[in-house]
Amino acid sequence: MLITCPYCGPRDVIEFNYQGDGNRQRPQLASQDLDAWNAYVYDRLNPAGDHNEIWQHSGGCRAHLRVVRNTLTHEISSVAFARGDHKAAMRHKAEGKS
Amino acid sequence: MVERQSPLELELRTGSHGDFEHGVDVILSETRPGSILQLSAWPGQEKKLIAGIRTVTGLALPDGAGAGSTDGVRSVFGFAPGKFTVVDEAEGLAAAFAGVVTPAIGTLTDLSHGRTAIRIHGPKAEWVLAKFFAIDFALPAFPIGTGRSTMHHDVFAQIQRTGADQFDIYVFRSFARSFWKALCHASEEVGYEVQ
Repeated sequence: MLITCPYCGPRDVIEFNYQGDGNRQRPQLASQDLDAWNAYVYDRLNPAGDHNEIWQHSGGCRAHLRVVRNTLTHEISSVAFARGDHKAAMRHKAEGKS
Repeated sequence: MVERQSPLELELRTGSHGDFEHGVDVILSETRPGSILQLSAWPGQEKKLIAGIRTVTGLALPDGAGAGSTDGVRSVFGFAPGKFTVVDEAEGLAAAFAGVVTPAIGTLTDLSHGRTAIRIHGPKAEWVLAKFFAIDFALPAFPIGTGRSTMHHDVFAQIQRTGADQFDIYVFRSFARSFWKALCHASEEVGYEVQ
């Protein structure tokens, strides 16, 4: 599996570390909403298809990336820096860009 | 300053090795630069840092991922967004940057003692490195002056192309000896000379 890092270009997956589900939203740190914290810690979409994920290019530029990966085919349809608009990668995908 | 001790000392055997009877196709050497620095810009401060690098080193850093340049004495290349490796044959480069890379612009880390610089030169340099790293070493994909950060197994490496058939590789000092031995093994088939 290759992931095309926005900085380094296409690299083997061995250079990357999976950092988890990119959909979860952390509640405000002062929040006492236990359901929101429970959802943040435990609830996952687990889709059979496009999945919004966070990866780190730990064996390269060390940037955190927002990756849309198809969980059925491993096709990577979008990669963007995680810094900035965290919805950008999904929108990018929806607009049919690569 | 005291003389720096090379981590390769026990393994660096000058002379020709491997299949050199059919010609020496790569030359391996340790370049021992006096200064190896890592400069990082805060988001939005990249252009100021690039201007500062030009002021201190005289090297113009082209825009773009992995861009770099070298004049044979000093070298610079980007290895991550807003992050640059700057190398000088002479010691004391960190002091020269002290007033230029202000806390408002970014950070400076002196890695001179933490990295070992290995040079591979020769017509088969691309061939040997292609066995180590899964990146494209062809000249159009990896132009002179540019840098790449990648890894060989778990040894993180920064590679700068400093000539058409020459690459400078920066590895962690603690991994340098095993990396060097692996590089020598990989060079045996093409015939190599250690300088």
